[in-house]
Amino acid sequence: MSAALPKVRLNREHCRTLLHQMVRIRRFEEKCAELYTLEKIRGFLHLYIGEEAVATGVMQALEPNDAVVATYREHGHALLKGVPAGAIMAEMYGKQEGCSRGRGGSMHLFDAETRFYGGNAIVAGGIPIAVGLALADKMANKKRITACFFGEGAVAEGEFHESLNLAALWRLPVLFVCENNRYAMGTALDLSESETDISAKAASYNLASEGVDGMDVVAVEVATRRAVHAIRETGEPHFLECRTYRFRAHSMYDPQFYRAKDEVEEWKDKGPIKRFTEWALDVGELRPEDIEEIEQDVAREISEAVAFAESGTWEPVEDLLRDVGAEKRI
Amino acid sequence: MTELTYREAIRGAIRKAMLADHRVFLMGEDVGRYGGCYGVSKGLLDEFGPERIRDTPLSESAFTGAGIGAAMGGMRPIVEIMTCNFSLLSLDQVMNNAATIRHMSGGQFHVPVVIRMATGGGRQLAAQHSHSLEGWYAHIPGIRVLAPATVEDAAGMLGPALDDPDPVLIFENALLYNHSEDVNEPVEVDIDHAVVRRAGKDLTLVTYGGSLGKTLAAADELGTDGISTEVIDLRVLRPLDDVTILTSLAKTRRCVIVDEGWRSGSLAAEIMARIVEQSFWNLDAPLARVCSEEVPVPYAAHLEQAALPSVAKIVAAGRAVMGR
Ligand SMILES: Cc1ncc(C[n+]2csc(CCOP(=O)(O)OP(=O)(O)O)c2C)c(N)n1
Repeated sequence: MSAALPKVRLNREHCRTLLHQMVRIRRFEEKCAELYTLEKIRGFLHLYIGEEAVATGVMQALEPNDAVVATYREHGHALLKGVPAGAIMAEMYGKQEGCSRGRGGSMHLFDAETRFYGGNAIVAGGIPIAVGLALADKMANKKRITACFFGEGAVAEGEFHESLNLAALWRLPVLFVCENNRYAMGTALDLSESETDISAKAASYNLASEGVDGMDVVAVEVATRRAVHAIRETGEPHFLECRTYRFRAHSMYDPQFYRAKDEVEEWKDKGPIKRFTEWALDVGELRPEDIEEIEQDVAREISEAVAFAESGTWEPVEDLLRDVGAEKRI
Repeated sequence: MTELTYREAIRGAIRKAMLADHRVFLMGEDVGRYGGCYGVSKGLLDEFGPERIRDTPLSESAFTGAGIGAAMGGMRPIVEIMTCNFSLLSLDQVMNNAATIRHMSGGQFHVPVVIRMATGGGRQLAAQHSHSLEGWYAHIPGIRVLAPATVEDAAGMLGPALDDPDPVLIFENALLYNHSEDVNEPVEVDIDHAVVRRAGKDLTLVTYGGSLGKTLAAADELGTDGISTEVIDLRVLRPLDDVTILTSLAKTRRCVIVDEGWRSGSLAAEIMARIVEQSFWNLDAPLARVCSEEVPVPYAAHLEQAALPSVAKIVAAGRAVMGR
């Protein structure tokens, strides 16, 4: 008994949703960059600008009770999973109203409520955790999936290979999403991988694997719906390689010696928001006023988030040692 | 005398070693095209090419292990691991291979590899980028562990480390990279001994690496209270130079240890144990230590600062030991 694969209907409402989500990420990230230069946000800050179509497309196919494991470049994933923008911003300010109480910062957003399992800044460190979450679901007979995001740089780590093998061997409901933005810091893909076709590499672990244009939000959504549908049907893992590009520096300080300015400009021209907006306007699914409304809506959300963070409070220093272990053993 | 930053000093030392010995090469993540995550190797790719300034994939275990293998095969690799936090992915190679092979092989093989990595907190990078794990490494027999705290040591430690027939780990506190000092070149540094950075007769402060600056500042402050404070920079975390510490203690009879590692099972604990074993009857007051609080380093600035050793905490500990 297999349910039919849900179709992606590109009507006005859905186009608005896709654009809205991508714009939420873009504007949020731009605000973060600004706040970083004002020193409101400190530490490392990795922006997702250019890659919005990936998280947006994937999240369309996830249910609220599915889990997400992400990397240090995860503001957008947290936002779209439903973590309130204010709680994310307050986290980056280091305030106790932040989603990780100010203990984690930009790289370590966590939210139990929305099943957002971090914010992991050890490259590939989250992948085994995703496998474990899926194992728990399988053992408890829960029909939900775990989506795990990571960059192509993670593919070189042993944990990537060990995890794919385990997930395939034990038939676990994991959606592996490789955000292949072509550079791991300053190391280009062909300088780090002997086989640069990552979806082919993943397939060698005997799991279903597919590559998709990660600059095309609709393509990502369609591929993810297909993968998620299959995972729900079979309980087996799926691998999705989304080919995308990071428009900005790796973190905030990065002179970008490793790539040409022209290359960045070419990719910006193929940018996910630009491309989708042009297409949707062209086919008449979106109108200029839709875009205007979306921008206004997002601007409001972000200014509220900043106000929330600004008005947040510092955790008292006396609490320094809290949350290292449980308060009491039960 | 030339003014150099800590970063430039290490770069200069790598360059000098590579020019002097064709067996020396550098490998690690982003050491080439990116210029090193802390800019240490910037420019070296242009000078030496990609064979000898080797960008690696994100594969800490594999490239550290490859460094060990290359060392056994006759090369003199310098392996750079971005930070000690990521070195845990290669801990197996260091502990189970680098440190054991000489012994396990009955002395037939040895591993002349140098592994450099950044360490330490204080930059709001939170709990996966801020820890000080050198004390753990100092637990392992079969390796030498160095912690250059000055620009001069940064310039001078790499050469003797490469000459060492056994594995040497160098921990570079990330807050020091921009620090600059006048240096007399060529620098000769021995990698066996601690050094007295400030002479005094009432109190000994023992520290290393990124905490040296704070400890010297605390010593100055204690000096204004009329407490003549001696500061020892360990420099070599394994094997520990007991003699320098005990000689100082024989004079001052009081001691505080400053260590950015966590308190439990720390290097500070080991030093205290050695003092108690060898110099108990010389002590006029209980030993004290200032370590990091037992918490993963938090992101928020005020909490992070509260978690790490500070000048104020060192001064307070010093006063307490002096009974003030
Ligand atoms: C185990 C480990 N090694 C090195 C680093 C330093 N580092 C942080 S991000 C990064 C690049 C990762 O690239 P990729 O996985 O492609 O993700 P992207 O940053 O492009 O999103 C590196 C080398 C780290 N955080 N963890």
